[in-house]
Amino acid sequence: MAKKLISVQVNGRRHEAAVEARTLLVHFLREELQLTGTHIGCETSHCGACTVDLDGRSVKSCTHLAVQCDGSEILTVEGLAVKGALHAVQEGFYQEHGLQCGFCTPGMLMRAYRFLQENPDPSDEEVRMGMSGNLCRCTGYQNIVKAVQHAARKMRETATV
Amino acid sequence: MIPARFDYHQPRSVGEAVALLQRYGTEAKVLAGGHSLLPMMKLRFAQPQHLVDINRIDALRGIRLEADTVVIGAMTVENDLIDSAVLQREVPLLAEAPKLIADPQVRNRGTIGGDLAHGDPGNDHPALALVCDAHFVLEGPAGRRSVAAGEFFLGILTTQLAEDEILVEIRIPRFAPGTGWAYEKLKRKTGDWATAGCAVVMRREGNRIGHLRIGLTNLAPVALRAEKAETLLLGGDLGSARLESAVEAVMAVCDPAEDLRGDAEYKTAMAGEMLRRALHHAWARCA
Repeated sequence: MAKKLISVQVNGRRHEAAVEARTLLVHFLREELQLTGTHIGCETSHCGACTVDLDGRSVKSCTHLAVQCDGSEILTVEGLAVKGALHAVQEGFYQEHGLQCGFCTPGMLMRAYRFLQENPDPSDEEVRMGMSGNLCRCTGYQNIVKAVQHAARKMRETATV
Repeated sequence: MIPARFDYHQPRSVGEAVALLQRYGTEAKVLAGGHSLLPMMKLRFAQPQHLVDINRIDALRGIRLEADTVVIGAMTVENDLIDSAVLQREVPLLAEAPKLIADPQVRNRGTIGGDLAHGDPGNDHPALALVCDAHFVLEGPAGRRSVAAGEFFLGILTTQLAEDEILVEIRIPRFAPGTGWAYEKLKRKTGDWATAGCAVVMRREGNRIGHLRIGLTNLAPVALRAEKAETLLLGGDLGSARLESAVEAVMAVCDPAEDLRGDAEYKTAMAGEMLRRALHHAWARCA
């Protein structure tokens, strides 16, 4: 059961690593690349805390093998801010108090990031459906919906400038 | 939780994948979207020595129309079913129902073929395939064979798939003009499996039902087709006496497992209610 060599682009940086076939993507990110922003929650693909962007789609990195990602592009929460400037979704969660304990937040941010590209002008109901793979036990979700809408407005304004 | 050790294989063709399955037999499992298998491997309910990952076989993805048949590659993910213009036009039930499966992230990985081949009665595609008169194309060392959806599911996690076969495509006759459809799924929350689910495909001839299929999700060890209820309703309308006799016929064939979603009596009652809703919904959609 030899290790497999994979090459992945994470937050714009190329990484080559030898991984055991059974290594899950979330463990690869956290332990191999020391990118601990991606959290491990339920480990059974329900809670969404481990959500990352993989080749332009949101996936739960606890239910994906690192070895499957050879040649892929991955974005994690560490890659959202550019030169210290918060991404619109981060600003939205900050402004609208879209978190309390913060454990689910990296997954929320990464799902919101992709969701707003799939649907730049969503209704509140569409936000709830689009974010339905991410669980939060603190906020009751109301402020998360507001945070995503804040980000959506900001991204639309920026896009039209 | 990390799975036990295994050897990983990444075939680029169905032939290569079948050869691996032939070589490793019961020691091998096919990895599709992984949202059933990987959790089972983490929990040690499954410990394959060899994992045959078919995600890089491009020929297994995509949706196309061949004459009057919609052909869906087994590795097509749920979100691609939802977004498919071909399905929205030709078999709209299969573009609509996956919105009720799991959540957006899981639908980016979970495949129609994995959902069917896993043989889990809680999965939604088996009942949908039954009401769509689907056929499954299985490929093994001796070539391809076609199995009707109604003959594919044998029991919990057990199907007609042989150890060295792979489900490669799902073939569905396009809906005739005027076809109505519905999938009613009672669940506790987004992403849950059905407490009770009912799929209906229907065509009307004036005020009578001329074609009818009823399928049930998570109400027995396999997805069920409720043929007696179909027979009771064919040739008439949805008058309350006829409807309630069909509800009774559906409830009579249910044999659900008790779990946190409810006991057998509750689930069976909900099967009747999902049937009522699905029939009215499909009826209203018939042209």
